[in-house]
Amino acid sequence: MKLVIDDITKEFATPKGSTLTVLKNISLTIAEEEFVALVGPSGCGKSTLLNLTAGLLEPTQGNIYFTDIENNIEPKIGIVFQETGLFPWRSVYENIAFGLEANGTSKMKQREQIEHYIEMVGLKGFENSYPHHLSGGMRQRVGIARALVIKPDLLLMDEPFSALDAQTRTIMQEELVALWEKTRLSTLYVTHNIQEAVLLADRIVLLSRRPGKISKVLSITIPRPQRELASNAQTIDEYVRIIWEHISKDARAALLEVDA
Amino acid sequence: MADYQVKNKMTAWQKKYPVWVSTAALVLFLLIWEGICNSGVISTLFLPAPSRILLSLINMIESGEIARSLLASLYRIALGFVLGASIGLAAGLLTGTSALADRIGTPLIQALYPVPKIALLPLFILWLGIGELSKITIIALGVFFPVAMNTYSGVKNVDPLLIKVAVSFNASWWLTLKSVVLPSALPVIFAGFRLAAGTSLLLLVAAEMIAAQEGIGALILHYGDLMITEKLMAGVIVLSLLGLCFHLLLQWLEKYIIPWKN
Repeated sequence: MKLVIDDITKEFATPKGSTLTVLKNISLTIAEEEFVALVGPSGCGKSTLLNLTAGLLEPTQGNIYFTDIENNIEPKIGIVFQETGLFPWRSVYENIAFGLEANGTSKMKQREQIEHYIEMVGLKGFENSYPHHLSGGMRQRVGIARALVIKPDLLLMDEPFSALDAQTRTIMQEELVALWEKTRLSTLYVTHNIQEAVLLADRIVLLSRRPGKISKVLSITIPRPQRELASNAQTIDEYVRIIWEHISKDARAALLEVDA
Repeated sequence: MADYQVKNKMTAWQKKYPVWVSTAALVLFLLIWEGICNSGVISTLFLPAPSRILLSLINMIESGEIARSLLASLYRIALGFVLGASIGLAAGLLTGTSALADRIGTPLIQALYPVPKIALLPLFILWLGIGELSKITIIALGVFFPVAMNTYSGVKNVDPLLIKVAVSFNASWWLTLKSVVLPSALPVIFAGFRLAAGTSLLLLVAAEMIAAQEGIGALILHYGDLMITEKLMAGVIVLSLLGLCFHLLLQWLEKYIIPWKN
């Protein structure tokens, strides 16, 4: 199974009546068991591309499709949202159950699978808590478990850790690598954090802004897991430097923009 | 050199008093009232002493008069409220989720909302007779509007992200309504219930004063006509307690139905 993003252009109508081209002629393929990070300054349309892939937006032009589908079953997409998007009225357990409820899994089977993922992401003992009572890191664990429990064919993550403090973020990144090694899901990961992208991804796709275009693609060859080892520090820094050099001009332009 | 002790400059804003202060103030107020009445400055016809009102109330409870009136009133308000709230909730959900129902229903609701409902009572009596049905209908109508309008705005203000989440899991329309839209709108819907509770009490008493043999409203009017002020005021106290119970019931229900808010 492979995800193909084929020549996608996305325009929005502005309130003033003109059109804003957010993405222009984006083509990208995500292979089976590949972790792709989409990196770019704010306003480059990376979240838009993720929403298009998730089927939550309509492209102006182009197609997004899966190839090599077994048995013609509609591929499942699991999404981890930036602000978690947990339902405040549902407990941790019930939040994770939502996707299974939606696809009609029986209560018995739900329990088994949910408990497995609750264990896996480290939420044991918090099943009955409401999101309101959890810390940011714990909340995003729920978000991740909720996406994984439906056993998706593709995992989409939209800046999942951007709301977390730096220390929690580091821990969550390490946990994500461990989780990913267990599931090896095809993943599209959106972030503006270069360091994070280098730590997590097999491939990094850089987007320029206004309109968002793919400006560079890098393969990260440092073995994973244990990328964070001190012996890799120099290589990682080198990647980060290259990427930052590439996008810093755009990032500065984004900063100056009045209505981002 | 002297030391400088840092003082809390927020004390005036953060001052708190224990609960008994409320009780003490109330008791003091009643005592002053009682004193004024005993001094004979004001005729007890206009302002009976609290102790006399309480005695009247006890008498009326013992004779079963209060129970009879209260039962008649409770029946009307409960039925009217449940009816109006259910239809209002359904109408709000429908106009909030369906673009067509929004276009057709919302202007209609907006146009009828400002009409003082009590003005329609003569019409309802004409249509439905002088009996219970016209009173229940007028209460239901008064409850319908705040509930429908609050439900509508609650539904319209659901966080789009949460809808996206549901849709991303391929949740059906019904599951999305039941598990996302409705719970998200519940706090606003409950604000509508609370508004409607006040309206329903008002309409209950008004309708009973216009056309009823029994009920708290009829009781108050009756003793007003007879100039038995003590019993009139006993009726007012019953109304006040009824309103308070209504409020507490809704508060309890809200805690029970919306446990995720704290």
